[in-house]
Order: sequence, then structure tokens, then C-alpha cells
Amino acid sequence: MTAQHSVTLNVNGTAHDCEVEARMTLADCLREKLDLTGTHLGCEHGVCGACTVIVDGAAVRSCLMFAVQAQGVQITTVEGLADGDTLSDLQQAFHDNFALQCGFCTPGFLTTAESVLAENPSPTRAEVQSAISGNICRCTGYVPIIDAILDTAKRRREGGQ
Amino acid sequence: MKPPKFDYFAPDSIESALALLTEHGEDARYLGGGQSLVPMMNLRVAAPSALIDLNGIAALRGIRIDEEDRLHIGAMTRTRQIELDATIARANPLLHEAAPHIAHIQIRNRGTIGGSLAHADPAAELPGVVLVCDAEIKLFGPDGARSVATGDFFKNIFSTALQDGDMITEIVFPAWPSTRRWAFQEISRREGDFAMIGIAAWFDLDDAGRISAAGLAAIGAGDTPLRLSSGETVLIGQAPGEKIFAEAARASLSDLQPGSDIHASAEYRREVGGVLVERTLKAAWERSS
Amino acid sequence: MSASTPYIGRSVKRLEDRRFLTGTGRYIDDIKLPDMAVMAIYRSPHAHARINAIDLTAAKAVPGVIDAFCAADIDMDLPEIPLRLAPFDGFERFLQRPIADDKVRYVGEPVAVVIASDRYIAEDALDLIEVDFAPLPAVTQVDQAAAGDTLVHEDAGENMATRYTVGRGDADDAFRRAAYTRRERFTTNRHGAVPMETRGLIAEFNPDTPLLRLHGATKVNFFNRRHLAAAFDLPEAAVELIETDVGGGFGARGELYPEDYLVPIASRRIGRPVKWIEDRRENLTATNHSRDIVCDLEIATTDEGRILGMRATVQGDMGAYIRTNGGVVASKAAQFLPGPYRVPAFSCDVQFLVTNKTPVGTFRGPGRFEANFCRERMLDMVAADLNIDPAELRLRNLMEPADLPYRIGELVPGDVNATFDRGNYPSALNQLLDEVGYADWKDRQGTIIDGRAYGLGIACFIESSAAGPPETARITVAADGAIEIRTGASSVGQGTETGMAQICADYLSVDIDRIGVLHGSTTLVPTGGGTFHSRNTVMAGNAVRMAAETLQARSIELAALRWNTDASGLEYRDGAVHQNDAAASVLSLVELAAFAQSRGTDEALAADAAFDNEGKLSYSYGAHAALVAIDVATGVVEVEKYVLTEEIGRALNPAMVQGQAIGGLVQGLGGTFLDHMVYDEDGQLLTGSFADYLLPTSTDLPDITAIALEESPSEFNPMGFKGAGEGGIVAVAAAVGNAVTHALNAHNIQINDLPITPDRLRAALRAVGA
Repeated sequence: MTAQHSVTLNVNGTAHDCEVEARMTLADCLREKLDLTGTHLGCEHGVCGACTVIVDGAAVRSCLMFAVQAQGVQITTVEGLADGDTLSDLQQAFHDNFALQCGFCTPGFLTTAESVLAENPSPTRAEVQSAISGNICRCTGYVPIIDAILDTAKRRREGGQ
Repeated sequence: MKPPKFDYFAPDSIESALALLTEHGEDARYLGGGQSLVPMMNLRVAAPSALIDLNGIAALRGIRIDEEDRLHIGAMTRTRQIELDATIARANPLLHEAAPHIAHIQIRNRGTIGGSLAHADPAAELPGVVLVCDAEIKLFGPDGARSVATGDFFKNIFSTALQDGDMITEIVFPAWPSTRRWAFQEISRREGDFAMIGIAAWFDLDDAGRISAAGLAAIGAGDTPLRLSSGETVLIGQAPGEKIFAEAARASLSDLQPGSDIHASAEYRREVGGVLVERTLKAAWERSS
Repeated sequence: MSASTPYIGRSVKRLEDRRFLTGTGRYIDDIKLPDMAVMAIYRSPHAHARINAIDLTAAKAVPGVIDAFCAADIDMDLPEIPLRLAPFDGFERFLQRPIADDKVRYVGEPVAVVIASDRYIAEDALDLIEVDFAPLPAVTQVDQAAAGDTLVHEDAGENMATRYTVGRGDADDAFRRAAYTRRERFTTNRHGAVPMETRGLIAEFNPDTPLLRLHGATKVNFFNRRHLAAAFDLPEAAVELIETDVGGGFGARGELYPEDYLVPIASRRIGRPVKWIEDRRENLTATNHSRDIVCDLEIATTDEGRILGMRATVQGDMGAYIRTNGGVVASKAAQFLPGPYRVPAFSCDVQFLVTNKTPVGTFRGPGRFEANFCRERMLDMVAADLNIDPAELRLRNLMEPADLPYRIGELVPGDVNATFDRGNYPSALNQLLDEVGYADWKDRQGTIIDGRAYGLGIACFIESSAAGPPETARITVAADGAIEIRTGASSVGQGTETGMAQICADYLSVDIDRIGVLHGSTTLVPTGGGTFHSRNTVMAGNAVRMAAETLQARSIELAALRWNTDASGLEYRDGAVHQNDAAASVLSLVELAAFAQSRGTDEALAADAAFDNEGKLSYSYGAHAALVAIDVATGVVEVEKYVLTEEIGRALNPAMVQGQAIGGLVQGLGGTFLDHMVYDEDGQLLTGSFADYLLPTSTDLPDITAIALEESPSEFNPMGFKGAGEGGIVAVAAAVGNAVTHALNAHNIQINDLPITPDRLRAALRAVGA
């Protein structure tokens, strides 16, 4: 079946019907078919983490998954994190901590951090470092990113979330 | 870096997966988690004509303990689940300890134990753990179901006992005695990278406090994960201690068959392999005392 | 300035962040134009080969392929990619053309281009291109290049692109008089900037209009426009370089590369917009590498360790062609070898050798990282030989405030006026020593605890900033009160918009939220200098300041007209013009903008400025300290703690300065331990993916303290700024190399080569039986 496949992608709470070749990666489908260009391609071989999206709660490399495999799953991309014009607490913490410079890797860090914080609301600094070790940032030296994630975890715990 | 064209099928049973693979010829491949195969496709060093996606086959997933206390892990069980699963933490703590060393969270969220074994990277963690635990690998292929001992499974670099049409269905780990000591350590360039060298170790003690059984395996030390039987032999019948651990490490050197690449020389791998044998045995011993 | 400065000097949150945090940034691959095609490049799989024949037939036959072409199909004289910096005589023989014709000279050199409806199809077609290559022996090392048995460019008759000697004083005499001398060879590993966003371009080329619009440009757009216009025989006005959001530069992004010509050629061929996005595999062979030098360094001192002279040979491995950055890397390595020390006599033989590897260019702190490593390692060897504490040795030799300003001499050919400006180098070192607790460390070097050997290394640096042409800014106040800054400077992600807005807000005494910043594109301002050499804050920042000052004056002029009064009684403050009359009349910028608009289109409330520092550079300086713990049995080095001081004159935005320091430092740790472009003897790159080319990640971090000093504001601009983008990286290998050596002092292990890897450390330890 080299023909097109029909797939319904549930992205950020909205269902999208797409016609894709089997070989189209989830990342390319999000970017090219759905115009969700916040998911970035930094290496296309599963190392840099820029294309990370959340699939059914788990952070995954969208360059290593085909769009046809995403039928029936719930996908969250960076575009789905803010509440309208209000940044999420994690996005706000990145802003407050100067945890981004060029911004290219940022969507992958945000999605990775969200899925990790959902699993482990009280990470240690070392756990945060390990959790984001599959995301490469060339600008910040990681320190403010780690701070922002820890700040968010702390605020969420204090806020009783 | 876009993959070449392929046909795609998503069967929901093992039998229909085999039928599809057979139908689509020798260039058809099973798709597990895709964390090794898809990068190779994106780099166009792999170009399967068809992918038979195993992700929709419920029979390939799951973790359970049988009546003989053996641990069964479905081939399509994600590495991240192995890392987090409480049953595994009890039923094979060595596997639990090794899992976080595998790549990064995003890879572990997709990658599967069956995929890792079938890919058979000699520096990968799961093949080493499966080997040192004497696990059984259950296969399903054109001639039906069969089972291969891990000692017979890994043939060469990226090469296994899997024949055309075979898929891994399940990995069965022998019962884990509650008093067993274990450790896993590896050296990689960065956290999450393939090991330059890694050692998985366990041993059991008899009532007299002597080592009655032991397992030592190395990853990154040859064309397959390697069992360090010379080191194991040294340990048997001995009381644990730094001296015997050092002796086991020295004996293990003869079992290591490392090569050189840009990350480490054969000399490094051999030398540090010995260091890690000693360290893992010590860590295993200190865990209990 | 008269006004208060609520923004300058404060950690104002970045204006850029919101779009990046919400996924609404516009990087080049996010832009889609109607009817746009994509192109992909067939690149040489050989390091050195003749091209006998190229067959594009099968590629062209792939459904979805629009066109394919190679050099022979291009109906124009293929231009040479120009030299932008350090254009030494001799380089003109080694310039690159956008696509290989009869011969390829490195793995990754463009050979053919496919244009298709999408990237998947384009790559299918690349697989079907057939090229008949006749491989030639590859030149992969500088000494092999110097021997010249194989010529990379036959017409040049040699592989030495250029060679010169620079110096000051009588070095040979210094060595004759010296009580102590030492000679060492150092190498710094070939690696690169490797930004997270790869390069990418979209060209819209309409030869009839004529118009060539190139999206995805950055860094030095006005220089690039000039040369692209010449290459395509267009008036400059017909070439537009449009800057998008850029995912990091670090020196590599935004220079002219082959693709800057090939994408326009592709667009012209098919009469449609064409996009090219570099993939990561391409990026590792197609984008400039850097750092690759061999340095033979000699030092002569008194028996008290006072430096009498230095002699050196610096060999730069240039790769296969001399690209836009010319001889920057090796020439700056030579210039900065003496560093911030009193070195009365210095002589350096500088050689630029061409090999069959990816061409080199600049990477953050070009030449400085390399020079610091060589010199600071040597100083620690001198200290050990003469039994002097390394910090004491440095303090004995650092220039004192009284020595400054200091004309360093013509250490780069033609750079006759280079002068270290005022500063207090010992102060920066002393503050570092205090912060890291150096006094406590003297007796702890080499201590082994649980198999881990501890060492503390220090290194001093000096580093220039803000070279190059003038920078421009234009500030416009719209009738609705919105204030727009346009500048010729680019942003590569470092926070330029925020910094410029801070300065404008203070100098106009307005709220920063009213200010928007547009940058880089050639359509915004008539000319501009660009973004490199840590120059935006100094150059563009002062242009913005001057434009704001002019805008104040313009506001007063307009107010005088409005009130029909004499300007001398009017004052600009708090974002408005005030008249000291009985009514205390006020005209706000909004009212003045509306008034200006009412007078006609040429009367906007706007001001232009250009800032020219006339080549007077400010030098940031400071010191680094690294504390390492080495697992002796495995050779694994952990950097536990890192402290750096960096004198930057004045911090525009302390949090952003901190970000530059820490970001640079971590990149430096990568260059010290991980980043390495490894070639085999056939010239094949063995590190062609992120599985093998290793960048630092979040688990490789020490505890970091980065201290920005503001003790010595630059004399060359009224706000006192110096560049702050590179001081974090330039001394990392030096400090870490020294720390490792101290940790292993029991075994006399010397770090002369980078990167420092577990394998290399163990090999060195094995050799001494440890």
C-alpha cells in the first residue's frame, strides 16, 4: 500500500484528518500538514530532542514515529501548552529563568518536562538533569532550564496541583 | 533525512503479522518501537519494502510472573515500562537497574525489549542483561513457536538466531532468588550513549556464605554481548571479597574481545572492563552487607 | 545621560520569549510560500576525486522532480565565494565556487542539485544520481599538506594557502638570554558551532523584475547582499535578504556558503520559490568546521618565571577551500598567544594549510580558545618546572593597569593599531582566586579520595570585541505611540531585541512594552554592519542610543514648531517635551508623532543613526577556574565546579550576560571533552551524525559561578559596553587541561591535545604504569 493512508490525528484536543504516505514522520505531518511548526527538526535521527511531543502522556521523538502510527493517540505539541494568551506555569518559569535564547530547542524541552513532571512531581536536580539529557540546547548551558523545571515542580507542589 | 518509501501494515495478531511479512517478501521488516530502525531509515541505510507494525498486537505486550516465579515480558513492552514497573523491580532488579542507562526517556518511551534484542547492538544494555540472566527468548515464525536460550541467540554484530519471518514474542527470565546480589555499571561518553564498556553481574550464596552461582556479562566488549565464564568460574565456591573479585576481574579479561572505534580503543575497553567487573561485584556485595 | 536608567543594567525579561515558548516563532523551515518547491543536494562521498561524468537522467525521471542540475548546466560564470575577514594574500587561489565542476575536494562538497515538490521525493531522486568519480589520495593532516605530495588545488602548486611571520621585539635574543626555556606541541580538535537549527534558505528569484529575495539570511546581510548582487549581476537594490528567527549562530550561520548561490540558481531555473533546509548529516560536513590548529610553542623566562619571550609556529588546517572567514582562526590564535601577559618579545610563524576536509570558519572565540589552551597549559608547565605556584606565576606576568593601554604590535598582518585598552587584569584573576578558594587548594592538588584524583586549574584570558563596520539604527514613533527600532544588526538568538529595546526605553524614557525591534533584513535600513565578534550590544546598542538622542532633539524641534516657540526653552524628559512656561505645557511622543504626521509624510517622528567605533576595540578579560575529579581507573573526568570572572565594562542585561557566560562555558566543555570531527586517512568523516558527534548535555554540568565584572567601562562608547559573548568559552580547555594535569600530578600526565577523553587519559596513564 504505497498509496496514501488516511489518519486522524488528535492534536492538542482537536481531531485532524490527514492523508499521508506511510513514510511521512509524525514530525513532518505536524509541521507540513497541520502547520504546527512549533515542533522542530534538529537531527531527524532521534538524538537532539527538538521534535519531542507528548503521545498519550509520554514524551517521544516525533521524527522516529510515522504519522500512520498516531491513529487513535492523543498528541500534545508545544502549541497546546498555553491557555489561550496565558503562558503555562512551565512556560512562564522558562521566561522568568532566562531558560531559552534562540528558542529552537525550547519546544522539545517544554514537552519533555511536562511529561516528566506528570510522572514525577518532586524530582531532584539530578533527576531533572537526567530527564532532559535527551534534549540538546546549544545556547543556555542547561542551568536555567533545570532551574525553570525545578521551580515549576515546586510551585505545583505548593499550589496543591 | 527522509525515509524511503515502504508499504505499511498494522496487524492486530501475531499470526496476521507473520502472514503479512511472508506475503511481502524478504525486504519486509517488523516494526517494533522503531528507535533503531527508523533512524537507519531516515539516514537511508535501511530501506525495507514494507513495515509490519507490531505496536497494535496486544498479545506482544505485558509483564507477568508465572507459577514458577519466572518473569515474562512481552516483546513489545516499552523500555520505560521496564524501568518503572514495580513487578520487574522485584522480579528482576538487575533489569530494573540497567533500564535507566538505555538512551533517553523519549527513546525508552517508544523502544521495546524485543526490538533491542532483535537489533542486537553489542553495546546495548538489554541484550547484556538478558544474557547474564540466562533468559529464554520466545520466537514465532513460519514453523510456529519456539524458544532460544540467550546464549544461542546473539550470533554477531547486529545478527541473531532470528530466521526469516521470525519475531520475538516474549522474554522469560528465570526466577530471581530473593537473596541474589546484583549490579550493573557502564561507562559511556555521555549519559544515554551506548556503553563503551559495561558489566552486568549477579551471584548467589550458599548457606556457608560461599558463592554458589554467578553471572557476569559484558556489553561493548565484542561483536555480541559476552558471558564472562572465566570470571564466573573463579567466583564459584569462594567467599565474596575484594581479593576474589579482583581475581575474577583478571580472569574475565580473557573473555573480553573488544574492538576499537572513535570513542574508545580495544585496550581501553579491555582494561576498564576488568575494572568494572571488580566494581560491579563489589557493588553487588555491598548491596547486601 | 540625564535620564534615569530603569532598564539598562537590569535583568529585563526577554521580549523574544513568548513566540518561542508558544511554538509561534518563525524559523526558516516554518515559512511556506505559494508554489514553493524544495531542493536537495547531492554531495561528494569522496574526500578527493575527479568527476568523470554525472548522470541525472534517472533522478529527473522521478515523479515529483521538477529539475536537476550540476555545474555544467548552470548558464552563468560560477562566482567565487568571497573573503569577508582576514583576506590574506594567497587565499585567492583557494576560493570555493558553489558547486564542484571537475573535481571534489571534501566529503560533502555539492555536486548536483535536485528540485522537487517535497523533500522526500528530492531524496529519492538523490539516490538515483550517478556520478563517475576517479578517487585521488586524500590530504588529511597539516604536515601531509605541507609536504605537498598531493595537491588539493593543482593550479596553486602548493597546499600552503599563505604563510607569514609576525611578532614584536627580538624573540631570538630573548631565548639566548633566558635562564629557562621549554618547547611543546599542542593541538586543538577540529569541531564546530553546530547550532540546533541547521541552515536553510528560501529564494524567490524573478530575473524580469528583477528581484532576488532570500529568506533565512542572518549575521552579515549587507555584506552578503553586495556579493550576491555582484554574482547574479543585479543592482544591490534588487537583492533582498530577509532575516527570520534563527536557531543559533555561534559564528557558523549566516556566512556565504555554496547554498546561498545554489538556492537562487534553482529558483531562477524553475521560476518558483525554492526552499532548502540543511539536514543534520549535511550540516556536519557542509557547515564550517573550526578550531583545527597545531601549535608549536616555545617560552623563555627568567629563573623567577618572568616571561622574556615566546616563539611559535601555528598551523591552521583550513579544509579544502578558504571560505568567508579567511584566516581568522589561525591568525587570531597567533595574535592572542601572548595573551594578557607582559611578553616583550614574540615571534610567530603562521601557516594556513589546505586539506581534503570541510572548510573552516569561525566558532565562538575563534583563535582565542586555541591560543589560551596552548599558552595557559605552557604556563602551568613553567610553574611546575620552576616550582612557582601557577597563580603566582600569572600574577608576576600579567600586565598591570599602568601597562595599559598597550599597543600589541602588528600581530596580524595589516592590523597595526591593535591596542589593549584600559583594565585591571590582576584584579580579575584575584577575584577568581578568592571565589574558588584557591589558597586552600595549593596543598590539595592531586589528592586522591576513593580512587578519584582532584585538581584545580586556572587560566587567564583576554578577548576582543566589536570589530567591523559601523552599525545602524532607526527609531520611529508611530501616531499610535508604538516605537519601532530597526537595525542592521542581526539576531541569532542571543536576545538582541531585548537589549536594543532596553537602551531605547531608557534613552527615550518610555515604557519598554511600547517598543518593537526589527533587525537584520536589508529591507529595513539602507545599510548595516552585522552580528559577529560580540558586537551587537556595543555597535547596534550605541546606534540605538544615538538614534534615541537624535529623536529627542527631533521631538524638541517638532514641539518648538507646534508651540511656535524657541527650542532653547524646551526640555525632553519622561517620554515627552516639556516647556517651562506657566502652564508647564507637555507634548508627549504620541502627540508629537501625530503632529509630525499631520505635516506630511517626510516629517515622521523618526531618527537615524550609525555608530562607528573607528576600529577601536574594547577587550574583555578575566580568568577561569575548573575543579575536576578524575576516576583514575576509568579515565572519566568530572568537572565538579567551575568559576569564571569576565570584565565586560558594563552589563546591559545581567541575566543575559550570565546566559552568554554559562552557555559559552558549556560549549567550551564540549570542545574540551566531546566535540570532535574525526576523519580517517581517506578523508571520510567518522562523526557524521549526532550518534558520534557528541555535544554536551544536561548531565555534563559542573556547579557554575559566572561573575561579570564591571570595573573598567570601555572608553570607546559612552555606555561603556564591551562584548560579552565569548569570554565564557575562550579559557575552558585551558583551565580544564590544567586541572586535569594537577589532578594527575603524581603521574606527570600533560594535556597537550584536545579533546580530553577517557580513552586518551587511560592511554597516558597506562604508559606510565598507573
